[in-house]
Amino acid sequence: MSAAAAPIRAKRVLPGFSLSLGTTLLYVALVIMIPVIALVLKGAEIGPVRFWAIVTAPRTLAALRVTLTAAAAATVFNAFYGLLMAWVLTRYDFPGKRILDALMDIPFALPTAVAGISLTALYSANGWFGAPLTGAGIELVYTLGGVILAMTFTSIPFVVRAIQPVLEDLDPALEQAAMTLGARPFAIFRRVVLPAILPAWLAGSTVAFARSLGEFGAVVFIAGNLPFKTEIAALLAFIRLEEYDYQGAAAIALVLLLIALILLALSNLIQFRAARHLEAR
Amino acid sequence: MSIVIEHMTKSFDGTAVLRGIDLTIESGELVALLGPSGSGKTTLLKIIAGLEWPNSGGLVVHGADWLHLAAQDRRIGFVFQHYALFPHMSVRDNIAFGLTVRPRAERPGKAVIAAKVDQLLEFLQIAHLGERYPAQLSGGQRQRVALGRALAIEPTVLLLDEPFGALDAAVRRDLRAWLREVHDQTGSTTIFVTHDQEEAFELADRVVVMGDGRIEQIGNADQIHDHPASPFVARFMGATIELPVTLQAGRAEAPGLDGSRLPRRALPDGPATLFLRPADVTPLPDPAGRWQITHRTSNGALLRLDLADDKGTDGTGRFGIDLPRRAPEAQGLVPGARVDLRPEAGTIFPGPRALSPQPAATEFPRKEKSL
Repeated sequence: MSAAAAPIRAKRVLPGFSLSLGTTLLYVALVIMIPVIALVLKGAEIGPVRFWAIVTAPRTLAALRVTLTAAAAATVFNAFYGLLMAWVLTRYDFPGKRILDALMDIPFALPTAVAGISLTALYSANGWFGAPLTGAGIELVYTLGGVILAMTFTSIPFVVRAIQPVLEDLDPALEQAAMTLGARPFAIFRRVVLPAILPAWLAGSTVAFARSLGEFGAVVFIAGNLPFKTEIAALLAFIRLEEYDYQGAAAIALVLLLIALILLALSNLIQFRAARHLEAR
Repeated sequence: MSIVIEHMTKSFDGTAVLRGIDLTIESGELVALLGPSGSGKTTLLKIIAGLEWPNSGGLVVHGADWLHLAAQDRRIGFVFQHYALFPHMSVRDNIAFGLTVRPRAERPGKAVIAAKVDQLLEFLQIAHLGERYPAQLSGGQRQRVALGRALAIEPTVLLLDEPFGALDAAVRRDLRAWLREVHDQTGSTTIFVTHDQEEAFELADRVVVMGDGRIEQIGNADQIHDHPASPFVARFMGATIELPVTLQAGRAEAPGLDGSRLPRRALPDGPATLFLRPADVTPLPDPAGRWQITHRTSNGALLRLDLADDKGTDGTGRFGIDLPRRAPEAQGLVPGARVDLRPEAGTIFPGPRALSPQPAATEFPRKEKSL
């Protein structure tokens, strides 16, 4: 079947393969690749010695540490809470389920600055949640806890929305089969359900982590942005930019980009390994 | 392991699916639950498995009340319609699953499990597929793996839901003979659900015909074929012709109908309905006959004649009959010719025929099982 010689061609939904592919590639180039390349070039201009000096400066290292720690904590929390949430939304029927399902998207829809401001208001020493928490000796606003809280809030839907469709598509007969074979609920989850949702779960968690790394709007309001304590990398890059230190900003941004890329690659690798058996011959 | 089911009812959201099932299955029997979709046969199977729970009734297996046992504790082998193999596990791991999930104290050693799996792979004639994943198998191979996985736990009862439903005809015939062999060799009690009569009769010791949540008839092929217990079973067994007749001293009488070949029935005089299979009717050419041939088609071996009752006033309408194409009487049977009919075999149920082409079985009084 040589496509070039065939006079009859199947009708497709979109007109013209070359036109649609061209548009897609142009978009990817303009909107995604060129800014990334520009960033890399900007970083390359700096030179390795200067780059290393910027990245290993105590304030940068502290900011990266805060960002990574908070993002990791937020992701671990969201991985488990998001799984629970997706489970509840797919496996049970209860009044208000559709509303809860819709609420799940609020962190997507809400401008992150709005989220940051309302979280700060709620958790500040005289806020609804902050007052009792402060009484109990727990302070969230202007602490690492606050950073984690903001990151958790903005990245939870990534996990839920990644797992939900996979759980919905999971054939109930698989679990029933495991039951008839004598598997207890925990064994069914660990050996039948978990392997099925693992790729989606990892993918969702990775994207949640990447989002947390770069989260800015929600964090800056609640973090207090104390250098060495609650200052995140994205904010530091912004501060450098404000100071007309383009090289400093680019170097920090490049490090964030690198971390995100490594994570995505790792996650894809694990997903690929987990999904290998699903491909027929 | 005898299975005793008593007065079992089940409804989903107010729709009755089982309307009182009583059934006893003896140890070592191979039983088919046969019925159209929606007859409740799969629900009954799932209740036996512990995957559904009845609204009322009893389920006693070998003296134990199974309604107080979880599916995990019943030790049944269940083969799902679409196999439900674990996609992320190799064939070996699938088959071993029931053994490897046992609590540590009861779990056989690794070597024992491996030996058991080897033995099953051999027995199921899929020894070369052990390392494959389900996505790499054909339908028939998957079916064998699913059965192997169920057999690995040495089940007391083997339950199969439409075991051959998703396979093509040749594989189906193959697997049918093979399943019979498996049943005979393992000696387990086996129940399978099907909507395919041929499959049910060829494979099972006893066939349970179900319709609309009830058991319509229990028997073997000959009994059910020759003596359907209800109009529902008669229709399900291919009696597509329903003629209104009058019973007179146990004989069916109707204009244009020669009922001499039908045995006398001990039924009261009055209106009744005669159920006939298209192949059980002999056309008798007669210029003044009641039916006119409107259409004649051939499939090589059989002729199908479409008949219309143009003189009839009772709405008997049109139906088709089959006869061998090489039969001598087939010559003059061309469109336009008129015939009377002589049923060679048929079933009579008292009561007038309902008008709809496929009336519900409940519109007829049910005959007691007189087998």
